[in-house]
Amino acid sequence: MRTLDQTTQEVVDLASKHFNVPVGSLAPSDDFFKKLGIDSLQALELLSRLENHFGIELPDYEVQGVSDFRTLAERIQSRL
Amino acid sequence: MLDLSKYPSIGAALKDALNAFSGETCLIEADREREKERLTYKDFQDRAHPLARALQDSGFAAGDRASIIMTNQSKWLISAYSIFFTGGTLVPLDYKLTAAEHWQLLRHSGAKVLVTEYPIWRQLAGSPERPSADNVNLVLVTEAPPNADLQGAQRWEEFRKSGEPVFVARERNDIACIVYSSGTGGRPKGCMMTHENYLEQCVALTSLYPFWPGVRYLSILPTNHAIDFMVGFFGPFTCGACVVHLRTLRPEFVREAFPKYKITYVSLVPLVLKNLQKGLQARFDQLPSGKHKIFNFLVAVNKAFTKSKPRLGLSRKLLGQIHANFGGELRAIIVGGAFTEPQTLQFFYDLGIPVANGYGLTEAGTAITVNDLNPFRADTVGKPLPGMQIKIVDPAEDGVGEVCVRSKTIMSGYLNDPELTAEAFSDGWLKTGDLGRIDATGHLILSGRKKNMIVTEEGKNIYPEDIEAVFESLPVKEFCVFAANYVWPKRSMAGEQLVLALHLENGQSYTDALRNDVIARNNRLLNYKRVHGVVLLDEDFPRTASLKIKRNILAERLAQLDRASAILPL
Repeated sequence: MRTLDQTTQEVVDLASKHFNVPVGSLAPSDDFFKKLGIDSLQALELLSRLENHFGIELPDYEVQGVSDFRTLAERIQSRL
Repeated sequence: MLDLSKYPSIGAALKDALNAFSGETCLIEADREREKERLTYKDFQDRAHPLARALQDSGFAAGDRASIIMTNQSKWLISAYSIFFTGGTLVPLDYKLTAAEHWQLLRHSGAKVLVTEYPIWRQLAGSPERPSADNVNLVLVTEAPPNADLQGAQRWEEFRKSGEPVFVARERNDIACIVYSSGTGGRPKGCMMTHENYLEQCVALTSLYPFWPGVRYLSILPTNHAIDFMVGFFGPFTCGACVVHLRTLRPEFVREAFPKYKITYVSLVPLVLKNLQKGLQARFDQLPSGKHKIFNFLVAVNKAFTKSKPRLGLSRKLLGQIHANFGGELRAIIVGGAFTEPQTLQFFYDLGIPVANGYGLTEAGTAITVNDLNPFRADTVGKPLPGMQIKIVDPAEDGVGEVCVRSKTIMSGYLNDPELTAEAFSDGWLKTGDLGRIDATGHLILSGRKKNMIVTEEGKNIYPEDIEAVFESLPVKEFCVFAANYVWPKRSMAGEQLVLALHLENGQSYTDALRNDVIARNNRLLNYKRVHGVVLLDEDFPRTASLKIKRNILAERLAQLDRASAILPL
């Protein structure tokens, strides 16, 4: 079972790969919309990637209003 | 042509439609690739009547207000119909707002009943703002897990009574809906829309884009939004058509839905349309050289034959693979809610997919103008809909002035705010605050805003006053939020941004700590509401006798600064 820190790091790593941003420039508390320069649709694309990676289904409502990596990781963690 | 002239209310029109089309499919609901249910109009009625009866038994009566805060799904429409059936006034709220914003609008609207989904209710019930809206005395929650703590709410699925409900008649001038166009952080603007507003708008819109049994509308825009409420509920239902709900906005499932459900119409905001364009363009770019040439040739042929009007049959033959990806039945993409770049509209039209771009605002009841495709024009927002009068007030030499409208679809005013209502109208004409001109062919061309607000590509109206609360107690002398295009007017609807004007204390400088404070506060706002940059002004802000900032004068002072160098990005 992953810890929340591990999940968070995996979320950050995946976002960095998906949007081609250096992983060192991203922190768990970062606002991913701002830091990655993405819109709400691109955030949904990222969610799909995360679902495949973690093997879970994350309904849209679960991530409503979420904009930082740490909270996103918490939502994922609760479904692992 | 649809005739709703005999109906005094939305409820009466829908009631007849449910009987007239009882065997037709009215709703398909899918969760991603899994179809959850498919309802006929008879099934829909069978779900709605016990709810309407239970509402009546609970004391809900004519003119009482009930709010819906839900994502797009069948229970949204079933609840709305039950509210109209019992003579109630619907308050549809944007499910993307925060819990505090929801409670603020629930309080302002005076809603007695709230219908919502369990994940949203979890947020609402735990909010410290909840006690402030003690007018809400019945909460119905859908899809709550079996052991969920409902915190005073009741299960929507169990809130039903046997026995036929009594249909409650309403008049055309009664309020059907209170729709908030803004005001979540400041002064709420609750547009009071009458039954007549919707009946007239429905007839006008369906005269250009008709529905009939067998038509399938893919509902993606939130149903609380004026466009989806009209073309994703009232319009198709009065004509016996079918609405498809997806329960997700993931692009991959939206794309799959077109061929799977043979979609006829869809409404999109510009952001989603551009995303679709990007995906298609990437695929075209990957075609081998030979195929690419053939493709370009076919597009050129299609363009030549559709110059004066769409020819769907021909386009579907010429560009079959593309149309097959959209299900082969798509008649038009309705786009609205915000400015759409002409090249995006033209991209789809050249592929033989008409894009019905238009212009409207909540206060005017969905749409004011729509492209009639006769011929298609990417550079305009179309012609006024039937029954809609437009005039341009105080035009400059190039004909550009404020767009004012008058019709039976215009709201009757803002709830509990005669002052704002008076400001919105002039001699019976609604002042839109948008700038534009009408060309020789009668098309409206928008070219900027007179009002201090922006509309995002997701179709969200953001008023600076509504987001200022988050900057309260910022350690500066004073601050004010502006739409950059209001301060530095541009003859364009593109690239709208908000900026935060700061006046620092004597001797204070714009340090990293202050910048980080601004960023932290900015991040508390939903992403589409955030300010883009800071503008520093080294002088006292002009104020009224009651110490309110004179925004228009402050904007004139800021306008003296060079826009490009004045805005310090966050």
